Amino acid sequence: MATEAQEAGSGFNIHPMDQFMISPLGGGELQWYSVTNQTVWLAIAVVATFFLLVVGARGRALVPSRSQSVAEMIYGFVRNMVEEVASKEALKYFPHILTIFMFILLSNVLGLIPYSFTATSHIAITGVLALAVFLGVTILGFARNGLGFFKLLWVSSAPTVALRMVLFLIELISYFVRPVSHSIRLAGNMMAGHAVIKVFAGFAGALGVGAVAPIVAITAVYGLEILVAAIQAYVFTILTCVYLHDALHPGH
Amino acid sequence: MEGDIVEMGKVIGAGLACTGMGGAAIGVGLVVSQFLSGALRNPAAAGGQTATLFIGIAFAEALGIFSFLIALLLMYA
Repeated sequence: MATEAQEAGSGFNIHPMDQFMISPLGGGELQWYSVTNQTVWLAIAVVATFFLLVVGARGRALVPSRSQSVAEMIYGFVRNMVEEVASKEALKYFPHILTIFMFILLSNVLGLIPYSFTATSHIAITGVLALAVFLGVTILGFARNGLGFFKLLWVSSAPTVALRMVLFLIELISYFVRPVSHSIRLAGNMMAGHAVIKVFAGFAGALGVGAVAPIVAITAVYGLEILVAAIQAYVFTILTCVYLHDALHPGH
Repeated sequence: MEGDIVEMGKVIGAGLACTGMGGAAIGVGLVVSQFLSGALRNPAAAGGQTATLFIGIAFAEALGIFSFLIALLLMYA
């Protein structure tokens, strides 16, 4: 991000990718232990999850308060999703899936606050989440089904053995691409949307006071981004459910 | 007229990589249009298929995001 220093010189320039810079709090060199702005926003997402789901729903009132009903709606929504997509047996893993959903949703939404940092726009974060799901699902599949887990890759409904072997290869590749697409989908969506907002902000900065059109565009894109933040959290969670279903019930 | 030919190639390559997103856009449009035409014929069954709809959109969209990622890598990495 340091190569393009061709600033026009006039007015104020906003580089669309600057918002994704990770910098240690209080300056200094970046070490493996340093507390960065990313760490802070990850922690805020965790604390917000805690406040919404634990403190907010503590009342357990028959007529729920606002925060309690939000927490209950999210809980019921994710629970239904796990039950429908990943089957009833998968409800054992429901806490993990709810955690993933809440963490991603809150990271995405908190990233939309101006001057904040979107933790999920970094592949490092989403990659760890996706790898955890991938490894967990693979281990679970082998633990539950033993070698029967290969039925997921061996398409027994294909007519000839030669075709099955070709399909096995394709399925094997697509199995290992899963964590890549799983993580890049979330990070890419978050990064692209925020970069678009900053590009329009750059137009607004260049135009100065009369920048009505860019500001209208920013408002529209911002509305779309709120939608995308929720949908991407949903998509990540539902794909986790799909993979979990594959691990519990391999075979076509 | 001076500059780096590698730099030029990077920028052109990033632009070409972004054309891949058009394919993803067509794919997502096809998924949603087919869903909608099916849903309008049998609205009662549409509610249960929204999860499938989003899975389909996600798979189609991921490939567009890949090409966007290639463009970003060419520009900034």
